Amino acid sequence: MPESPAPAPDRTTTGTRLRRYHWLTAVPTIILLGGIPFVNRVHPMILGLPLLIAWILLWVVVISGVMGFVLYLDRAHARDGDGR
Amino acid sequence: MNAALAILAVTFAVAVALGLAARRGHVMNLEQWSVGGRAFGTVFVFLLMAGEIYTTFTFLGGSGWAYGKGGPALYILCYGAIAYSWSYFLLPIIWRYAREKKLVSQADFFVAKYDSNALGVLVALVSVAALVPYLVLQLKGLGIIVSEASYGRVPSTAAVWAGAGALTLYVIVSGVRGSAWTAALKDVMILGVALVLGIYLPFHYYGGYGAMFEAIDRAKPGFLTLPASGMSPSWFISTVLLTATGFYMWPQFFAGAYTAKREDVFRKNAVILPLYQLVILFVFFVGFAAILQVPGLEGADGDLSLFRIAEQTFSPATVGVIGAAGLLTALVPGSMILLTGATILAQNVYRPMASVASDRGVTLLARSLVGVIALASVWLTLRGGEAIVPLLLMGYNMVTQLFPALFFSLPERPMVSTAAAAAGILAGEATVAYLSLSGASVATLLPWAPQVVKDLNVGIVALIVNFAVLGVVGAITRAPRAPALAPGQSPER
Repeated sequence: MPESPAPAPDRTTTGTRLRRYHWLTAVPTIILLGGIPFVNRVHPMILGLPLLIAWILLWVVVISGVMGFVLYLDRAHARDGDGR
Repeated sequence: MNAALAILAVTFAVAVALGLAARRGHVMNLEQWSVGGRAFGTVFVFLLMAGEIYTTFTFLGGSGWAYGKGGPALYILCYGAIAYSWSYFLLPIIWRYAREKKLVSQADFFVAKYDSNALGVLVALVSVAALVPYLVLQLKGLGIIVSEASYGRVPSTAAVWAGAGALTLYVIVSGVRGSAWTAALKDVMILGVALVLGIYLPFHYYGGYGAMFEAIDRAKPGFLTLPASGMSPSWFISTVLLTATGFYMWPQFFAGAYTAKREDVFRKNAVILPLYQLVILFVFFVGFAAILQVPGLEGADGDLSLFRIAEQTFSPATVGVIGAAGLLTALVPGSMILLTGATILAQNVYRPMASVASDRGVTLLARSLVGVIALASVWLTLRGGEAIVPLLLMGYNMVTQLFPALFFSLPERPMVSTAAAAAGILAGEATVAYLSLSGASVATLLPWAPQVVKDLNVGIVALIVNFAVLGVVGAITRAPRAPALAPGQSPER
């Protein structure tokens, strides 16, 4: 079986190391799910959407934002050379 | 009518041509066929990982759930986003190990980590048992979509045979590259269709989202929220967590991660995919719009709501485009399932049992098995009635049982023994089988519990049994001490 191409040096990220700010990524998930019993209603509607739908929409967008922020921090660490 | 048929036929032909052309320039050994030579960039991995979102289950079932169940359908919006955020940490670890050990299947991961071919066989059997109902569901959906979109001109049976034939052909020829290329076409079409329908229909029939939801709320009070018992908030939260846990345990997505060229691909995808899957919201809008426009679809017929409202609203040509998009939502996941099932059987069941197995032989067998699995699935699709939906739900619970053993194997060396991992999986699967066959729920198991507990998704019980058995057996047996295999040495080769 031919070899796969040699591993490209992956300097853009920080490897497996868990950092304290990685816990940030759990926050929107916890708020999204923890809030469900409290927003389980139609009114007030937000942007024409029932509150329950608007709540889920908001926190899914925040999940994406937080993942982006963490990726940015990870890359900054990797660039500073203390990532590995 | 002919316009719809022509569009369906052209899309089908283009998809098959793309699937076949994907092979160009690649010698198809096992690594190339199963995991694309581990050379996919962000876009292809993105398309494979997004595959789970737009299966026929979400296309028909998403609108069907919004139409028939209302608020509870929203769980589908949550679990994907959460699973994708977890993938930021999970997939790079899996990918790195898979690359080092040259793994081609999910079962390979367990074989290498726990240094046990027997555990690989167990995982392989679980995988195939879960994959086949999933494929059957795609084929069933394909039959419904094509017969609806062709206004009954193409009978569902013919569509199932044609779809399965096409899948077999391009999976055998191109492997995972065929899936990736057709996925590109699929995502463009489905994105367009979902956005157009999800925006046009609420405005066309109601004048806007607010007016639509007010009308539904007046006609069916409480429909747009979660009920106080049954599919209550406690059901919602437990189901989201359970499905998010099982998400990457599906063998086709697990092995899909092997195709990446760099691990950074996963981290970028973890940012984009939660947003991308929000497009399902527009599929829900279609189902919601249909409630008051095409009322009276009961039970499983709710899955037809998207097509019924489309047929009532648009010209046959437009319905043809919608059907073509739907057709692709069956072909792409179907091809990944076929590929994965065939790879697992050849690599993790045949190879360890054969005394001498060359890579060539395993590749040849895997490619032949594609036809066998496709035939078996067509047979089940045409013979099996409604029984397949419970089987799929069982399949989801079955793959979820792989999570504990995977989780404890993530550190450099597994934290638990092979016996513990196997015992946990076996106990979990036995519980899933018992719960599914007996139709038990937490409410029937714990009749005295408060409603909040009664409404928990019963799949949690199997996962708890799994963890408990794994813990007990793990406490009395020892985790493998030495590294499972010498670095660079691939499993059972």
